Amino acid sequence: MTVSPVGGFGIYVHWPFCLAKCPYCDFNSHVRHQPVSQERYAKALATELARYAQMVPGRTVDSVFFGGGTPSLMEPKTVETILNEVARLWHLTSTAEISMEANPTSVEATRFAGYRSAGVNRLSVGIQALDDKELKILGRQHSVSEAIQAVEIARKTFPRISFDLIYARPNQTLKAWEQELNRAIDLAADHLSMYQLTIESGTMFQRLYAAGKLEMLDPDLAADMFDLTQKVTAARGLPSYEVSNHAAPDAQCQHNLIYWRYGDYVGVGPGAHGRLTLEDGTKLATSTEKHPETWLGLVESQGHGSISEDILGHGEQGDELLLMGMRLHEGIDVPRYEQLSGRQFNPQRLLNLQENGMVEWVSNTRLRATQAGFPLLDAVIAELASD
Amino acid sequence: MTTKTLSNIRNFSIVAHIDHGKSTLADRLIQSTGTLTDREMTEQVLDSMDIEKERGITIKAQTVRLIYKADNGEEYTLNLIDTPGHVDFAYEVSRSLAAVEGSLLVVDASQGVEAQTLANVYQAIDNDHDIVTVLNKVDLPAAEPDRIKEQIEDVIGLDTSDSVMISAKTGLGIPDVLEAIVKQLPAPKGNPDGPLKAMLVDSWYDTYLGVMVLVRIIDGELKKGDSIKMMGTGAVYPVDRVGVMTPAFVATDRLGPGEIGVLTASIKEVADTRVGDTITTDKKGCTEALPGFKPAQPVVFCGLFPVDANDFEDLRSAMGKLRLNDASFSYEMETSAALGFGFRCGFLGLLHLEIIQERLSREFNLDLIATAPSVVYEMEMTDGSQFEMHNPADMPDVVKIKEIREPWIRANIMTPDEYLGAILKLCQDRRGVQVDLSYVGSRAMVTYDLPLNEVVFDFYDRLKSISKGYASFDYTISEYRAGDLAKMSILVNDEPVDALSVLVHRSQADKRGRAMCEVLKELIPRHMFKIPIQAALGGRVIARETLSALRKDVTAKCYGGDASRKRKLLDKQKAGKKKMRQFGKVEIPQEAFIQALKMDD
Repeated sequence: MTVSPVGGFGIYVHWPFCLAKCPYCDFNSHVRHQPVSQERYAKALATELARYAQMVPGRTVDSVFFGGGTPSLMEPKTVETILNEVARLWHLTSTAEISMEANPTSVEATRFAGYRSAGVNRLSVGIQALDDKELKILGRQHSVSEAIQAVEIARKTFPRISFDLIYARPNQTLKAWEQELNRAIDLAADHLSMYQLTIESGTMFQRLYAAGKLEMLDPDLAADMFDLTQKVTAARGLPSYEVSNHAAPDAQCQHNLIYWRYGDYVGVGPGAHGRLTLEDGTKLATSTEKHPETWLGLVESQGHGSISEDILGHGEQGDELLLMGMRLHEGIDVPRYEQLSGRQFNPQRLLNLQENGMVEWVSNTRLRATQAGFPLLDAVIAELASD
Repeated sequence: MTTKTLSNIRNFSIVAHIDHGKSTLADRLIQSTGTLTDREMTEQVLDSMDIEKERGITIKAQTVRLIYKADNGEEYTLNLIDTPGHVDFAYEVSRSLAAVEGSLLVVDASQGVEAQTLANVYQAIDNDHDIVTVLNKVDLPAAEPDRIKEQIEDVIGLDTSDSVMISAKTGLGIPDVLEAIVKQLPAPKGNPDGPLKAMLVDSWYDTYLGVMVLVRIIDGELKKGDSIKMMGTGAVYPVDRVGVMTPAFVATDRLGPGEIGVLTASIKEVADTRVGDTITTDKKGCTEALPGFKPAQPVVFCGLFPVDANDFEDLRSAMGKLRLNDASFSYEMETSAALGFGFRCGFLGLLHLEIIQERLSREFNLDLIATAPSVVYEMEMTDGSQFEMHNPADMPDVVKIKEIREPWIRANIMTPDEYLGAILKLCQDRRGVQVDLSYVGSRAMVTYDLPLNEVVFDFYDRLKSISKGYASFDYTISEYRAGDLAKMSILVNDEPVDALSVLVHRSQADKRGRAMCEVLKELIPRHMFKIPIQAALGGRVIARETLSALRKDVTAKCYGGDASRKRKLLDKQKAGKKKMRQFGKVEIPQEAFIQALKMDD
């Protein structure tokens, strides 16, 4: 039996369709006005899975994640087909985390029970805001009351639930965010993802921003909101374990931990990315065609939708481990970094970061960002990665 | 080929302000005398460097021999020396002008006389030139030839009754120019039987022929095989070739008095030839050298450092190659605590500095950091010793200094009078002393004495900006004067940054210190901690800014699909950091070293 590599092994399944495109979102999502053939997509996803199973056979699957797009537009049967295929190809045990992203509309909530029967045991609900006016600006299809109802149903249906919020929105005040945050925690999920709004290229918000019609929050206020979020969530039992993710003890998202611990993951579906350690130790970065129908055609004609499978060099692996690993409160294993990257941190840069209170040693071998270091993490990582 | 009859030779140069059409006129003269066929013509034939063509300036003197059959039926040899127009090359210009008997003064018929025109035409007059005035661009709607003629008479005092009206662009009036050269300019004089006496006008390096020396024969004859002596350096060389430029080199048997031509003589580098030197024969040569010879004297210095320390050897070799062709540029190794190994380089002026920097990056593909330009200070010490200081980092202990002297210039500025007030203020702010102010119509001409160190940073940029580009400026180095100067250090995060220290006049120190701190605050990116930026004079802080700490720089979302994209961003960040220089804990971007000295008065 093949041992799982450091960091675990997960499967990511991308469902690329949405009812509408949200103006802030740069994910690979597409709106289709004709129904798509879920059977064909399920079959194509299974085809891709089988191909990856040949590259990394015999693994134990720690997690399966249905992301999107809007995976809660999938029929429960589609989800079931894919999970059965994963179980057939690798070892999938009852302890594996099976997550799915869902939008909290009343229509989608009716499918929750079906997903649970198919094997999903963790639901991540895209609430985004607890204010109807703000939800409109964010282009969401649901209201606050719909969202609260959906969370109620989810809590009764799934052992674990999480939800997402977007903050540091235009014109948001510190006080308003504090109230919204507390209300969100009242909804009693065991996991919260809270992202500061950023302008991503190719989005409607970017066009508005470029045209001067969207004003971003003052960066100092955004920094205050970040600090406040850390304090409030810690005080209420949901401390952050990653830059934007907060969880009760033992409720951390196993799937995302695989990314951040720089483990292995298979990515199937349009525009999905993977990282695979092959038998000979080679680390492969994979990605697939983004456009759904093109991807479908590729899989059906040639057996996969891959557009790149690149071998990552030592430096690249080291950089990725830093980029992902330093986001975690547990930090990174420095000997593993040195082995992967083939380099050591520049001692002067490391010393400066320590003296500025940006990073600290947790043990002889683990280095992590401090509370002060997290809001500046991109700059911290650039320092660590520089010669 | 026999030596030309003196009476059928005309030697001339063209004097003009930049953009008034000097190079275009030269092109037309070459074309209409059939020296080059239309197929061989490229724009600005005589400006051979790309930088010259792009900027419309002439850096090296060039020469061309034109054969012209005049209306009187006789054939004339016209030798044109195209001179650099810029003040940085004033000495080269003066030697070129001394090698010819006349000048064409080219003035744009709508813009009129500019400061640079004046400086150059006065030099021509000082060299006893006869001058043909040429009004160019007379075909343009804005042309006012009569008004400009009057201006030339008023300002320069030249008779314009024989002026030639042309459009160099369309070719209008070009035959009249050729006729005027023959009729209005004098033939050279010289003694064909005397010992060889020739002026070294310029020299350059040719990949195939080696060092080529442009000469004007005053007396005697120069032949292949002659053994010649440079009177300034005493060096003796056998002449390999003599010839003329057409503008390509064409070998001839000999050059006689009044002629302008080229020799090669196994000279190893351009630095072995001194512009203005007198060339004679090794044996039975002339005894008296030509007057006016001066060795090249750099007036502005700056440090050039490779961005990537590994490029140091490449930089050294590039400097060596440039120097082969430009003896007026000097360099010596320098080490800076901040910038590592590099070179302290001397230039004839700011344009020269810019050109060399640009050629290093363009022709040798080198990424460079240039430190603030500095002038040469004369230091007189209490023990009576003296030295020239090229670098503020070499500033000795203040108590040992008796006196510091700095170079001053005399500047001529011409401007439409609506900008005069702002220009006078600029000159006053830069410690200028007004010498003269006069008007020609609505144009003011002002003469100021200014310390060069107030001019080297950004005076010209400021002048252009406050006059919306209308003012023109020209200067000559005049003298060294004692000044109340002190070294100002810049401290970033409490550490002195040697490459940013400058010598300032005490009266300017507060203002300059404040301005530098403000600019640095804008240029240095925010760090993870707050950074004090201070200017200090002696041990005393005279200006201070604080760059506040960075508060937030973190990607909100980063999952499995983001790793590749984030890695590419990290590569860019790392590359950006390489272009910064580390001072203690602070990273300073390269452009800071030069930008910090620009002031918004």
